[in-house]
Amino acid sequence: MKIYLLTDFGSTYTKVTAVDVDSAKIVAFAKSFTTIETDVNMGFDAAKREIAAQLGHSDFEMSLSASSAAGGLKMISSGLVPDLTAKASRLAAASAGAKVVKTYAYELTDAESEEITAIAPDIMLLSGGIDGGNKRVLLHNAEVIASVPASFSVIIAGNRSAAAEAAKILQAGGKNTVICANVMPQFGKLNILPAKAAIRDLFIENIITAKGLDDVQKIMDMEIIPTPLAVFEACELLGRGNSSEEGLGELMAYDLGGATTDVYSMADGNPKIPNAFINGITEPFAKRTVEGDVGMRYSLTALHDLILESGADTFYQAYGTNETEVTNWLEICEKDPSALPFGEYEKYSHVDSAFAAEAIRISAIRHAGFNEKVYTPAGEMNSQSGKDLTQVRYVIGSGGAVINAANPRAIMANAAYTPRDGNALKPLNPKILLDEQNCLAAMGLLSRFAPEAAIRIMKDSFKEVQ
Amino acid sequence: MAELGKIENEQIEEVGQEQEAITLVLGVIGADVHAVGNKILNYTFTKAGFNVVNLGVMVSQKEFVEAAIEADADAIIVSSMYGHGEIDCKGLREKCDEAGLSDILMYVGGNIVVGKQDFEQVEKTFLEMGFNRVYAPGSDPLVAIEHLKKDLGRVDK
Repeated sequence: MKIYLLTDFGSTYTKVTAVDVDSAKIVAFAKSFTTIETDVNMGFDAAKREIAAQLGHSDFEMSLSASSAAGGLKMISSGLVPDLTAKASRLAAASAGAKVVKTYAYELTDAESEEITAIAPDIMLLSGGIDGGNKRVLLHNAEVIASVPASFSVIIAGNRSAAAEAAKILQAGGKNTVICANVMPQFGKLNILPAKAAIRDLFIENIITAKGLDDVQKIMDMEIIPTPLAVFEACELLGRGNSSEEGLGELMAYDLGGATTDVYSMADGNPKIPNAFINGITEPFAKRTVEGDVGMRYSLTALHDLILESGADTFYQAYGTNETEVTNWLEICEKDPSALPFGEYEKYSHVDSAFAAEAIRISAIRHAGFNEKVYTPAGEMNSQSGKDLTQVRYVIGSGGAVINAANPRAIMANAAYTPRDGNALKPLNPKILLDEQNCLAAMGLLSRFAPEAAIRIMKDSFKEVQ
Repeated sequence: MAELGKIENEQIEEVGQEQEAITLVLGVIGADVHAVGNKILNYTFTKAGFNVVNLGVMVSQKEFVEAAIEADADAIIVSSMYGHGEIDCKGLREKCDEAGLSDILMYVGGNIVVGKQDFEQVEKTFLEMGFNRVYAPGSDPLVAIEHLKKDLGRVDK
């Protein structure tokens, strides 16, 4: 038996999964509180002891881990035009597993500079201008960022003609600066992998230590990676499969958390209907978006604001709730973000599910592309922005608010198209799978060393809900 | 456009090798799908040494403006072949002004109005709209190249 120990240091819990690679089975699972404030090994050791007790031994072939503890990898991205380099920059940061708190476009203002100081990111991704194009924005924003008092690293992935000068400005301001290839070297052409690699390198070099993870890093057999990156890799593997184990094909996954909702799509996104053409940038096959204003606890108020925008009455009616219940539940969650809709709060279970359903619906619309009809002398055409995900076959739901809900199917149904979604290109008729064992991140870690086992475990453990 | 196919490569004189290349944003505006003229212009301008950001067909005003910002373009070259040019082009200059592209050159050409109208009148309409040069159907792209060099101060006057 080859046992791999896979650990996810979450913001609240340290979750440890033991996998037997030969039989492709999860053989033990334990969790304990994350003890990042004192010594992260304390919580980890406690969970490991429980695993050893379950297994009857502590003989591990490999120990791998991912972390979103201590705020995860907090990033800000910036670009020039919102739909072009700013979007490319955000996509790059999100695909590296960062929590992209904010994306700026055009020249940074004084107010935005103060906002950056307050956010205090781990890394800022600075882009803007295609190669040989606009230099002003990169140089201006480098000046602004150089004078921000917070200490963080900056990755320059903008117009290569201005990158070296921008780096000088930033270094003079005391910022650790890395230059990589432009996220959009030519108009409309995405190039996010170099920025993704630069983020990974900085995470390994600086962030792991800054987050108090260096002690635990010493006992791991691989660099610690951001948890969303592990989930990203798990989804990519499950979709594509490999030479000896077939994948599921095009899929999407949702991770509904307390602070953010993460959405992943592993699908080509090309137009699926005749007479359609892509408007704007062609998005990547493997795409992640992270919604900082859509979450079940820390971002519940922000989510509530979004719901109010599209009509409170529709919301109350659709989920059989009312203003009093919703306001009460908001207050409870604000006071105590660890509140769960069980026991004394059982009566709010349908309200929590209503929020979860809307979180899925809103983040799905933001992730998917949309179609607009245009009328031409050659007949009706469809102008598609973003990815067409209508033919995606599987949608995976994960996160406590989904898995522990009374009716996860009703929540996840919002990942599929409904008439309320207008022209959004969401999956039309997907099968809904649930990650009940919460193993996505662990399987992402395993995917680097034992991909067949990871695919088989995911295929076995993700249960379809009717 | 048939006669434009006859352009010989040696006719296309390269511009400003020693100077920074002139950047053009090129496209067919509106719901227009006429691609042939666009390909000819792209080829000719590129061959002449311009840095061409070609947006192809069915390009909205927003795309022209955004591409010009990112590329820090010197000129926007708009084609229209299907007769709706007047409606499609209206407001482009104002959008450029709004986006801070106030000095950018704007050229337009093709079958830019409905039917056969007096070209002098057509030219006046588009100049009033904020375009710097207006080209009648069948114009030679080499003329536009000379205009660009002149308007951007890249030739001895």
